[in-house]
Amino acid sequence: MSEDEENREMIEIFVMGKRYKVPKGLTIMTALEYAGYKYVRGCGCRGGFCGACATIYRTEDEYKFKMDLACQTAVQDGMFLVQLPFVPAVREDFDIEEVDPKENDNVMLDYYSEIARCVSCNTCTKACPQDIEAMDYVQAALRGDVERCADLSFDCIQCGLCSIRCPADIKHYHLAQLARRITGRYIHEHSDELEKRVQEIKNGEYDDKMKEMVEMEMEELKKLYEERDIREEG
Amino acid sequence: MTDGYPDYMQESIKKVKETREERMGKTYDRMTPSEGQEVLNNFHPDYKKEGKEELKIGPSKGRKVPTELAKLLRARSLIDPSEIDLTQVDHDVDVLIIGGGGAGTVAALWSVYEGIDPENILISTKLRHGDSNSMMAQGGIQAADKDDDSPIKHYLDAIGGGHFTNVPELVKALTIDGPKVLKWHEELGIMYDREEDGNFVELPGGGTSRYRLHSSGDYTGMELMRVLRDEADNLDIPVLEFTPAVELLKDDKGQVAGALLMNLETNEYYVVRAKSTVMATGGFGRLHVQAFPTTNHYGATGDGLIMGYRAGVPIRDLDSVQYHPTGAAFPDQIVGLLVTEKVRSLGAQPVNMDGELFVNPLEPRDIEAAAIIRECRGRENGVTTPTGMQGVWLDSPLIEMKSGEGTIEDTLPAMVRQYERFGIDITKEPILVYPTLHYQNGGLIINEDGSTPVKGLFAGGEVEGGVHGKNRLMGNSLLDYNVFGRRAGMTAAKHAKKASIGKLTLDHVNDYNQQIEDAGIKTDKKSPLLLPEYRGKKVLERHLDVEVTL
Repeated sequence: MSEDEENREMIEIFVMGKRYKVPKGLTIMTALEYAGYKYVRGCGCRGGFCGACATIYRTEDEYKFKMDLACQTAVQDGMFLVQLPFVPAVREDFDIEEVDPKENDNVMLDYYSEIARCVSCNTCTKACPQDIEAMDYVQAALRGDVERCADLSFDCIQCGLCSIRCPADIKHYHLAQLARRITGRYIHEHSDELEKRVQEIKNGEYDDKMKEMVEMEMEELKKLYEERDIREEG
Repeated sequence: MTDGYPDYMQESIKKVKETREERMGKTYDRMTPSEGQEVLNNFHPDYKKEGKEELKIGPSKGRKVPTELAKLLRARSLIDPSEIDLTQVDHDVDVLIIGGGGAGTVAALWSVYEGIDPENILISTKLRHGDSNSMMAQGGIQAADKDDDSPIKHYLDAIGGGHFTNVPELVKALTIDGPKVLKWHEELGIMYDREEDGNFVELPGGGTSRYRLHSSGDYTGMELMRVLRDEADNLDIPVLEFTPAVELLKDDKGQVAGALLMNLETNEYYVVRAKSTVMATGGFGRLHVQAFPTTNHYGATGDGLIMGYRAGVPIRDLDSVQYHPTGAAFPDQIVGLLVTEKVRSLGAQPVNMDGELFVNPLEPRDIEAAAIIRECRGRENGVTTPTGMQGVWLDSPLIEMKSGEGTIEDTLPAMVRQYERFGIDITKEPILVYPTLHYQNGGLIINEDGSTPVKGLFAGGEVEGGVHGKNRLMGNSLLDYNVFGRRAGMTAAKHAKKASIGKLTLDHVNDYNQQIEDAGIKTDKKSPLLLPEYRGKKVLERHLDVEVTL
């Protein structure tokens, strides 16, 4: 028995059907590493932001498939699991200059016509490790409500579990990406303050002052820094 | 499964609750320069004498860097140049970009805007396109666009935060380009948090004198990265995934002329000849400097520093490492992960085991981190976790007292989700935090146009140094990769239009191996590291080095 096994409570997991003993309390990701797997695929940010470690599992006492991120889920005794190294899902190219929803209220359907095949089974929503209302955003896209599709899908990490489970072959995360870009570009008001500042910079209004800063003696610069006024409240 | 905080920690949480009302709206004086220096000297890991090593070879011989990096810089190359056939060129391109994170993707896009045909660009990346620290940034991006703000104020904040060790021309580029970058993002359709009138919702960050932080909830890095990647896909820029560069190539004129790539799944090598090469490999958090946990992604192993240094690019400021003040200290499954500075921007205070505020919540990062370490190690006012970690409380429920119920759910959905998985409700309970290894402040030396001192090589993002000096402010890394990714991409494109490449060589790798020999360095290590080692001890002890053939 190794030192670990003497000191820690061990549980059994089944990686692609093969049994390993691992310490309780690890995530699926660190448990696989403990067992001896070195990741090339299936591991990205290790913090729940990138969707590289989508994992499918069943536990002994449950008939249902479960889906989650390996880096954010603790291992359980008797877990049968496999990670998805890749999700094949075709993405449609588009020109951001050509997708103004004011000129085309069918823009989502034009690029992803298969959303019309959605049978509202909600399997995508159940598959989502981020608890996103995936079916609702597909339905919003179908109605032409691009902004709602964008808002509902905003926390999407593009792991692809929704699309793998979808009986209608919808590419949820790609269509949601299109909806968000359209929203950011055409639906949200843009900033006047930013526009004004960009023009000031283009007109060279900061050039002299910036030159002075770059050439400033260290002592003077330090003094300026220490005496700068700090906005404390909003 | 962890089920919230254990009972003994609940007792300390009770004290935090008791003092909350009284602390609310109270400020804690910012440290004077001498107080700041004192806490840094005594408690910041960078200021310890141990843990650094002087480089014996290479273009920055004599400089000190963390021991973990020094070991890789004095290691032999992963490859044996005599086994490589450089006459068979697999990809012949104008611009090769090494790294598929934020900086690399921005460089690729701006190479296209500068007139390079996407077919003549190649992005090589170790993991998937987009797998990077850029993806994980939560808090936001700085750019001075408000009326009461200016690029000059941003300049002063950044250079003061860096203790005046930054390169002035690089800070100028960073701050003057900021608003232009945001404008480009608007055109690409990045969704930022906005006021009704379309102006940005902006927050302060540690060390900023104005409200200048633009964010997309606490998924800012992810929103930027997924849009940039989407646009690179639209333009059909070729990407080789799971195929990192392992060495730069040079030509007989001494300029950088591409790279040698390796397919991580087949171990086959590919020769890429390029007129311009952009290094955009990111940082080195996964080296776990001074045994700290890290917020960084799996591939952050400093490969670009190793390849660039061997090719003759000097380095700077690598003796300073950014420890983010607030990494998760509990539960064990997420130790070291980022608790974004935005939590403090929104009003949460760091408090000790007795519920006392002990530092201004928005000091520059190094000072804030040192103050938290002092509270735990120096004053022993920290909370100890069941696995022996120390931490202080970050009192998140204050946010809702200040700005109303629902604010946390709306502004920090990623944080809420992360803690919910482990039975902790951060709208009601504080978060236990301790500093975590976050950012490589220094790196390869660059000029303000993104070129390095070695002809044909350009760099942008975390791999380069000088922009932040010895301490980066919050929100300046997303800006850095956009500004210098863009500049490196444009300069690389311009260079490619007039460059001509001679005979490819790996002589500089042989030379470097010779320097290791001549300096009497004994090493059994090879670098770049490519991937960190986390396999179990027992497995590694029993590992057989046998190649299985079919």
